[in-house]
Amino acid sequence: MSTLPILSIITFAPLVAAVIVLLIPSENERLIKRWSILASFIIFLLTVWLWFAYRPSSDGFAFVEEYPWIPAINVFYRVGVDGLSVPLITLTGLLTFLSIFYSTYVIHYRVKEYFFLFFLLAVGMFGVFVALDFFLFYVFWEIGLVPMYFLIGVWGSDRREYAAIKFFIYTLAGSVLMLLAILGLYFSTGTFDITALPGKELFGGNFILKSLAFWGIFLAFAIKVPMWPFHTWLPDAHTEAPTAGSVILAGILLKLGGYGFLRILMPIFPDVFNAFWPIVAVLAVISIVYGALVAMAQWDLKRLIAYSSVSHMGYAMLGIATAAATLDTSESIFTSRAIALNGALFQFIAHGLITGGLFFMVGVIYERAHTRDLKAFGGLGAILPIIYGFFAITAFASLGLPGLAGFVSEFMVFRGAFHIIPYIAAIGVIGIVATAAMFLWKVIQMVFLGPLNERWKDLPDMYWWEVVTMAPLVVLFTLLGVYPMPVLQYVNAGVVKVLELMS
Amino acid sequence: MVQINWAETTWLLLPELVLTVGALLVLVLDFLMEDDRSPILPGLTFVSLGGAFLLSFAYLGLDRTALFMFEVDNLTAFFRILATGTSILILLVSIDYVRSRSRHTGEFYSLLLWVTLAVILVAASSDLILLYLSFELLSITSYILVGWLRDEAYSNEAAIKYLLYGAISSAVMLYGMSLLYGAAGSTRLEDIARTFSDPAVRVGTLDELVLPAVVLMLAGFGFKTSLVPFHQWAPDAYEGAPTPVTAFLSVGSKAAGFAVLTRVLLTALPMFQIDWAAVLAAVSILTMTLGNLVALMQTNMKRLLAYSSIAQAGYILVGLAAFVATDTSTLNGLAGVLLYLVAYLFTNLGAFIAVIAYEQATGSVAIEDYAGMVRRAPWLAAALVVFFLSLAGIPPTAGFVGKLAVFGAAINAQLYYLAIIGVINSVISVYYYFNVVRQMFFMPPPEGSEGERVRYPQAMGLALAISLVGTLLIGIYPQPFLDLANLGRQFLALLPLV
Repeated sequence: MSTLPILSIITFAPLVAAVIVLLIPSENERLIKRWSILASFIIFLLTVWLWFAYRPSSDGFAFVEEYPWIPAINVFYRVGVDGLSVPLITLTGLLTFLSIFYSTYVIHYRVKEYFFLFFLLAVGMFGVFVALDFFLFYVFWEIGLVPMYFLIGVWGSDRREYAAIKFFIYTLAGSVLMLLAILGLYFSTGTFDITALPGKELFGGNFILKSLAFWGIFLAFAIKVPMWPFHTWLPDAHTEAPTAGSVILAGILLKLGGYGFLRILMPIFPDVFNAFWPIVAVLAVISIVYGALVAMAQWDLKRLIAYSSVSHMGYAMLGIATAAATLDTSESIFTSRAIALNGALFQFIAHGLITGGLFFMVGVIYERAHTRDLKAFGGLGAILPIIYGFFAITAFASLGLPGLAGFVSEFMVFRGAFHIIPYIAAIGVIGIVATAAMFLWKVIQMVFLGPLNERWKDLPDMYWWEVVTMAPLVVLFTLLGVYPMPVLQYVNAGVVKVLELMS
Repeated sequence: MVQINWAETTWLLLPELVLTVGALLVLVLDFLMEDDRSPILPGLTFVSLGGAFLLSFAYLGLDRTALFMFEVDNLTAFFRILATGTSILILLVSIDYVRSRSRHTGEFYSLLLWVTLAVILVAASSDLILLYLSFELLSITSYILVGWLRDEAYSNEAAIKYLLYGAISSAVMLYGMSLLYGAAGSTRLEDIARTFSDPAVRVGTLDELVLPAVVLMLAGFGFKTSLVPFHQWAPDAYEGAPTPVTAFLSVGSKAAGFAVLTRVLLTALPMFQIDWAAVLAAVSILTMTLGNLVALMQTNMKRLLAYSSIAQAGYILVGLAAFVATDTSTLNGLAGVLLYLVAYLFTNLGAFIAVIAYEQATGSVAIEDYAGMVRRAPWLAAALVVFFLSLAGIPPTAGFVGKLAVFGAAINAQLYYLAIIGVINSVISVYYYFNVVRQMFFMPPPEGSEGERVRYPQAMGLALAISLVGTLLIGIYPQPFLDLANLGRQFLALLPLV
């Protein structure tokens, strides 16, 4: 254990950065932007440092800090990380930095508020990944809502107000039920400690109450992920949000929900989850297939990618459902469950890098063409080769081309799922086909191939800052596609722990 | 005849005496002084309120009865602090407001002191007679305050409506009290409790009078706390009253209503909890749901806050309905009620202070006139967002902690449906609170007003800062407030509980 409170530093550094943004006069936009880049880069370096300082291990938590906070109700300020959270924290650091860097070139309106809110959002995201106390977890969970509401509502596109309040209300509706479930757990066990709850008898073994608590928390996470049929906020929010907002939404905020499944639902409610696994698995498969098919029907480039997210998060949920489908720990079954769950968590990382990249690329195109209408494009590949190249490789990664990161996670999820829940998994494969069709036909063909629409003949190709934003993502998802071990050793340590807690 | 120790009695009633003397002095000085703008009157009011506020802390932990009907216990101490604290903040925002609107400033300050006194008397009464008298004092001073803008038709209309509703509900309440007196043979709450806990009495049929008595008294208590269906006066009175008075009604007089609900139900009728808790739960559901749904349609900020405060009363009532006397956990219903009241004080007053500041600068309380507020008053707009978050119960604010406590109590009392309806309601409330936020942040300011900065006097800024700090402090570090709220329940231990 380190004496330096590294996790608190990472979590609250964005808050300090945000306060400093407030102190800079709003006329001095240059300084605000420079400071934001510098601060977010330092925060990113801190998360990288955390990555290397953490030694993957399946027992306990690292860098734990614990202080009494509200002793009267047994609430602690308790943070710590393990293999589940470290990769997500580093991903958050990276995407936040890239988003802020990119935003400094495209945001020219109410600059001070924008970067203030962006840093505030980062506090909430880091906080959820490090919190080990339910109360703290909930506080951070909600803190992220408000900045995102403003980011969509002020800097979004045409229907931004509608999308902003829809996002807010949907997410809040899920989380208040989680709050009641948390309170129920507290009164039945006397603790808010996420690490102490697994293995405790909840509600005196009353299965109905346990199920109610499970579904309350499930709803919060399922809305966030989102799973069909709780996904309807997502296409609006993703489409209307400013580019960097979409990147963070898709890259990180969705993962908060997925992370919740692994950190909370699986370890604390193994028996309930196991009893209800078919529901989760079916919803996951519907999300996969439905998300891909609906994406294929979109004519708005950003909305298309938003729906593809529903589908991709469905793979991760299928992996989670697979791991919960049986509590059998005999070696071959356990291995398959672990592989599926590894795939799910790896999908969080891969999807964050890839879909984050796709949203950046949509932003790159939109900044030039000021439209996202697929029918208006065509033939851009010939005049914008760099954009074409970046977009194409990211799209290939997203549709699961072997050699890129998306393939690894999908392969692992299905490798595990086919062993344990083969029939459901088989339906899920349809999604892969539809996704491939959607990206090749709708994105590559309609935007970049075919005859050039004369309107676009003077568009400039990628600027250097756009290349700088995209390059790290492309490099990472390519490297991880070829050699996923660096991430998998972290992920696996976390996954094995979750599965052990479940038994 | 019991000998009364006058020295001790004086000490026990000192905060009230300070307020009374202050109020009388303000009235007399107002006659003597030529200059209506002199800082002496508000200064004297401030000293009087501040003195009573500080003195109130001295009585924490005490459990005495003055003059056989005035309880000096933790619950009283709590409401003394709450009432004087509320009035101090109200005073800070009133100075500018009353000066700019009327020459009769002295009356206003004097009435503010009287109404504060009335809240404390209501909270401390342990005898139905004193309770009724204090209640009337509170009502009458409130009527006058609501109609204080005597040249404005809205203000007059509000006062008349408030008076008519108040008179009727007070009569109904008195009927309920007389039933209780008839059944128990005493007006002292303690005696009533003792009578009903006597098995010999309970064999009789007198029990059947209790539930009607409770329901009838609820008409009076519910009137003050604006519970559905006794809430109809609130939107009109809130809209027409001078805005600082609206703020007081929504916090101070509501707190008085909850104080009396708590004291009467828990000290006089604990053995009938099964009956009244069910009534309270039903009223609570109606109150929060109706308040929130109607708030969705409001276009006037004061009416919006009126319906919002109706809904808030519904949440607070959840705590009382869920209170279980044997519950020893710190997150019990009564602590929830008290904690919620403190959180609500800072939050709702804060919201009203921001509204007053904006009203003073722009002359409007229409929600559409909040468009582009962030450009004209960025700090005010940001503060209002925090208060709205708190009213909606989103962390890290006081309102979240308050909701956590009352809904937690409901969960612990296995009133799951009440907790679920409560949280669903708080989600609904986000929609109308954030409709205002949408105006403030997403809408462009009206043509021509872009460059104008909204300015407000320092006293108002101070009051706003205190509310903001309070709202965030309770949200981030609730421990001391939770402790304070838990002191309030100690008086229960001394009562003859079944």
